[in-house]
Amino acid sequence: MKILTGNDLKTGAVTWWTGYDWSLHVEDAVDVGSEADAILAREEGARRVNASYAIDAVRDTDGGVRPAHIKDRIRALGPTVRPDLTLKPADPNAGNWVI
Amino acid sequence: MYRYDQYDQAMVDTRVAEFRDQVERRLSGKLAEEHFRPLRLMNGLYLQLHAYMLRVAVPYGTLSGAQMHVLADIADKYDRGYGHFTTRQNIQYNWIKLEETPDLLADLAAVEMHAIQTSGNCIRNISSDQYAGAAADELIDPRPYAELLRQWSSFHPEFCTLPRKFKICVIASDTDRAAMKLHDIGIRIIRNDAGEIGAAFYVGGGMGRTPMIAPCIREFVPLDQLVTYSEACLRVYNRYGRRDNKYKARIKILVHELGAAEYTRQVEEEFAHLKTQGIEPPIAELERIKTYFADPAFDADASDAIDRSDALFARWVDRNTHPHKQKGYAIATISLKPVGGIPGDASAHQMHVMADLARDYSFDECRVTHAQNIVLAHVRKADLYALWQKLVAADLATANLDTIGDIIACPGLDYCSLANARSIPVAQKISRRFAESGKEDAIGELKLKISGCINACGHHHAGHIGILGVDRKGTENYQLLLGGCEGDDTSLGKITGPGFDEDGIVDAVEKATDVYLAQRQEGERFLDTYRRIGVDIFKEAIYG
Repeated sequence: MKILTGNDLKTGAVTWWTGYDWSLHVEDAVDVGSEADAILAREEGARRVNASYAIDAVRDTDGGVRPAHIKDRIRALGPTVRPDLTLKPADPNAGNWVI
Repeated sequence: MYRYDQYDQAMVDTRVAEFRDQVERRLSGKLAEEHFRPLRLMNGLYLQLHAYMLRVAVPYGTLSGAQMHVLADIADKYDRGYGHFTTRQNIQYNWIKLEETPDLLADLAAVEMHAIQTSGNCIRNISSDQYAGAAADELIDPRPYAELLRQWSSFHPEFCTLPRKFKICVIASDTDRAAMKLHDIGIRIIRNDAGEIGAAFYVGGGMGRTPMIAPCIREFVPLDQLVTYSEACLRVYNRYGRRDNKYKARIKILVHELGAAEYTRQVEEEFAHLKTQGIEPPIAELERIKTYFADPAFDADASDAIDRSDALFARWVDRNTHPHKQKGYAIATISLKPVGGIPGDASAHQMHVMADLARDYSFDECRVTHAQNIVLAHVRKADLYALWQKLVAADLATANLDTIGDIIACPGLDYCSLANARSIPVAQKISRRFAESGKEDAIGELKLKISGCINACGHHHAGHIGILGVDRKGTENYQLLLGGCEGDDTSLGKITGPGFDEDGIVDAVEKATDVYLAQRQEGERFLDTYRRIGVDIFKEAIYG
């Protein structure tokens, strides 16, 4: 699947395209098929996202969306060396799909 | 330490106001990212893996206690409670919000700090010896000259769009503690045979994808021509440095391609011309700067005695203190490398503690080292035990300076958008393995440096053991280098062979150190043994 990611302009937070908005959670990302360029141009123009790009991803058996490249998997959760700063610090298994 | 005059303060305040306007225009849509990006980079604001990252300049690594307190406050107020001290003697914050950056910069400006020229193709923060003004082997304090060059290079209109970034280092001691020959310009202040003090210029060094050791292009430049000669070096580079290929744009490529002799000839020609232009700052300005770097009011009666009855304290003294030029004083290094920790990171609380310790024990001054530690340069030996006890309480008393646990590591793929592999987890595993096995002490001095990509922010080329993280078909892979060294006998490490996964590289490092422990002769460091016996025996142990 092809998904879209970028950073929030004001805060810099990593965000994922949900089909109608940008979410902090990669699980909310949707397959944009061949629409990536059009969506990115529109959303960048509206300043709803910054430094955005399309990436390959897969949906795993639990239904989670997993970016294909390690760099984007780390972006999705947070630094692997600071679990307290990840999006789900209370979940010890939150990052077991990142590496 | 140097204090801003009205011109310094006005420049910084004006830049804060200018950037506030630029941010407002970006957020309102009047500026597109393509136009805003170079403006934010001029103010040290990057967009990294998880958020905006701000790099704050610490001129030649020197900070007051008040400035360190503000760095801590910024970590709490604008970031997530910590900062990362870098190999450029700066500090970086990883979770900055664009909309809050102007306020953050205003807070910095209030204590004479900024983030200007910490990015972009300009002259970056001038680096220096972290023991400047304190070391027993120092000829003179290099910091007034580093400060003079800081003022010259700040907003220099001719050098704000160089072919590539430009890094200058100034030292004045027998021992090079600042990797001087691995800078674009390395300046060593020396005394010549006639007894005059001047500077040797080393030009065209650097790490990155094409590591080079800077050749000496002039053995003696009179100190009253330091700025003029620096300008000549920059002018030739600015004129002929390549702008068509960013990977060949650093001055080291120009010096290499022209040849040091031809580059030097052109610099000398430019220097002869510039000497007629009167660009050297007046001596009075240098003398004004020097007054800020006068020795503090040392206690002439301070005792050299140290009570070593506490074994853990004695170990820390042996490992983390250095001889001072003043009787009764020592230079103390605070390791930011706790066992299994993140090299160079300090919490806001730890920064506040270090600021208080600088005030109470080191004339209200501390230094950031290129090895990502903090130095208190002027501590009475009689105060070392009290200082150490407070460091212990703040988890800042790790006794591992210059050992295998004192690892330089870049932020790597955990934070950096340029990285190909993570550096920090490798550093943590090595740190734990060697601390827990007791081998760290047995090995003694060993400088291990890790970079998460070929840009070499973690100085892997200059590690006795270097590790370079690469991307191999989407998987992290780590190459091992041996034999690198910064300092007087600078050398570049050589890749030993095929790379390893994360656990494999830790095993490979241990195998290399086992060879050293088995082969070393009396008094040899790891590097000495490697140079004596060569790489083959190490390769056999690692890959055999």
